[in-house]
Amino acid sequence: MPHTKRRRLVTTALSVALGATTLAACGSGDDSTSGSGPVSLTYWTWTPGMDKVVDLWNKGPGRKDRITVTVKKQASGDTLVTKILTAHKAKKAPDLVQAEYQALPTLVSNDALADISQQVGDIKGKFADGVWQQTTLGTKAVYAVPQDIGPMMFYYRADLFEKYGLTVPTTWEQFAQTARQLKKKAPDKDLTTFSANDSGLFAGLAQQAGARWWTASGGKWKVAIDDTATRKVAAFWGGLVKEGVIDNQPMYTPAWNKALDTGKQLAWVSAVWAPGTLATAAPDTKGKWAMAPLPQWSATEDVTGSWGGSSTAVTTDSAHKEAAAKFAAWLNTDHDALNALAKDGGIYPASTSAQLSGAFSNPPDYFSNQADFYTRAADIAKTTAPSAWGPNVNVAYTSFNDAFGSAAKNKSDFAAALKKMQDDTVADMKKQGFEVSR
Amino acid sequence: MTSPARRRSYGVKGAPYTFLLPASLLFVLFFALPIGYAVFLSFRKVHVSGLGLGANARSEVWAGFANYTEAFKDSELLHGALRVLGYGCIVVPVMLGLALLFALMLDSEKVRFAPFTRLAVFLPYAIPGVVAALLWGFLYLPSVSPFYYVLAKLHLPQPNLLDGGPLYLALSNIAVWGGTGFNMIVIYTSLRSIPAEVYEAAKLDGATPLQTALKIKIPMVAPSLVLTFFFSIIATLQVFNEPTTLKPLTNSVNTTWSPLMKVYQDAFGRNDIYSAAAESTLIALATLLLSFGFLRAANRRNTRDVSEGDAR
Repeated sequence: MPHTKRRRLVTTALSVALGATTLAACGSGDDSTSGSGPVSLTYWTWTPGMDKVVDLWNKGPGRKDRITVTVKKQASGDTLVTKILTAHKAKKAPDLVQAEYQALPTLVSNDALADISQQVGDIKGKFADGVWQQTTLGTKAVYAVPQDIGPMMFYYRADLFEKYGLTVPTTWEQFAQTARQLKKKAPDKDLTTFSANDSGLFAGLAQQAGARWWTASGGKWKVAIDDTATRKVAAFWGGLVKEGVIDNQPMYTPAWNKALDTGKQLAWVSAVWAPGTLATAAPDTKGKWAMAPLPQWSATEDVTGSWGGSSTAVTTDSAHKEAAAKFAAWLNTDHDALNALAKDGGIYPASTSAQLSGAFSNPPDYFSNQADFYTRAADIAKTTAPSAWGPNVNVAYTSFNDAFGSAAKNKSDFAAALKKMQDDTVADMKKQGFEVSR
Repeated sequence: MTSPARRRSYGVKGAPYTFLLPASLLFVLFFALPIGYAVFLSFRKVHVSGLGLGANARSEVWAGFANYTEAFKDSELLHGALRVLGYGCIVVPVMLGLALLFALMLDSEKVRFAPFTRLAVFLPYAIPGVVAALLWGFLYLPSVSPFYYVLAKLHLPQPNLLDGGPLYLALSNIAVWGGTGFNMIVIYTSLRSIPAEVYEAAKLDGATPLQTALKIKIPMVAPSLVLTFFFSIIATLQVFNEPTTLKPLTNSVNTTWSPLMKVYQDAFGRNDIYSAAAESTLIALATLLLSFGFLRAANRRNTRDVSEGDAR
């Protein structure tokens, strides 16, 4: 058979999902006698270097409390959500999991995450309100402890901006002007691209504009993806694509890397973690980039969206929820732990006190030319708009990929794509039986 | 005296069943049961009450044929099937045509470096599908592809292979590149098993090498052509790797480009294994119908040929 390989990939995917059950079976505490005896916890995470951070716990506070945590390295993002849900179906989810904020409602809706409001104590004050609110889903419960955040910023090639006589845009209107100016001066270059392959970017931009995609009131969900704020964002980017002043090709491709590295694209709307991505995508342009706050919709505003970020949650399957919650709180609020997370894991902490200490006193290596990188980042992080996630973010995101992908390709109406995204999301919720009001 | 004989007869009677046991056990455990479970799942669905937050908000209930009617109504599944049909119309004829041509060329008497050529044509088959798709993906991207560099230097038009119609060619090319070698080996092996007398007779009758190829070799390897065609149809219906790997590189491949990608997306992207199970069942049925329909048609032709030959 010429293409058994194909089938093999699907089988692998399946067995990975099924394997989750077995993995979890090995991991979760067999010593179900909770309380005094030694406790061992399993933790699914994708943060690099997490084992080193956990070692700090196992040798320090963990040893004292006789709580040992074992890290099981996982794939990031949505793949892990699927794996957690599969494991949870067999009641074998690990004690602790890493979850992106937008995945929390999905996990909670599947009853996979435990309410740890009683166990984590008063750590609420360590985080910005907008960040904390994502872990409570607007209820009295607490479903996770924030770990890292991704406040959005504007990255640009300082040298090329100077060369072409461009000014750093502070409003989106100026951003559009800058794109046009550049196209006039250097037709083969683009200010940036509208990429449809990462929905998080678009969600963050909509969030900045004031969109609240999912809200719940009176026992009903309201989906407002196709609202005024998001329509404004979609029309703005759709207009730029149609005009031809920015590119329409996806990010994270070899072509995109090259465009950044050779200066074919001059800017990138991204988040605080961009230095790490730029260092691998555009290694030759180190020291030529600069960071500025995200352009605003009106000159008087000062608000940003967030793109990425994750939290640590305790599952309902854990036999040691208290111990697990204790670890989750330590991991994301303890000074040493956060320092190690920044150093070994390269994360930008959600804890406000950690954003300016330790690893964040100096700018990232790639931005050594911008000494106040993290001071500015911390200021920008404070302006993050609250976000509103619902139980089927994954459906909305996929719909975004497909609808906006084809709209960007055809340079067609982004409003129609946005409507499709709204309709797909509502249809899926209704199909599942959620109460949805429009 | 009687007892060993009886025992022997008992043993002989039980033997076929004992021999069948391992195979049937494996079949039931790893084939029939999972399929049965998938079919069971395809008639179920999740029902969420209220906001769906907190414990007991979700329950699994019977769905009847809802997942199936949903799948039939879903235009994406149909579009995916049509896309795959278009893709298959390019892949299967080109791949099998090339495989037959290469096999005939290798089998001809005048060929040089046969073992090396055989290996060179076969080698792409040994490359994992994902790696092959990535490799070609790089070559298709204008700004990083050496081909485009050369085209630009020669001032030739540079087609966008990752969009519209050319996308089908680009995808087919990967499958053809990877699959031709395998099919060539199958056809070549059956060419080698044709008795030498047949060729001798043809030669004595004054047949040219081309005539030998067309009138002797191709009809005699027809069964393996049927076999490779059969495999290729199944493989085409299951196309997944190439579009999935190329997806991040272009806006033209969506998450549900092929039916199998839709199944994957529903199961692992939307966490709706029930719809995915219904779609999988439909795809399996379609595969079964198409491949066995083809086999029956091929068999009928064979028997008709034989009987016509007899009559003559």
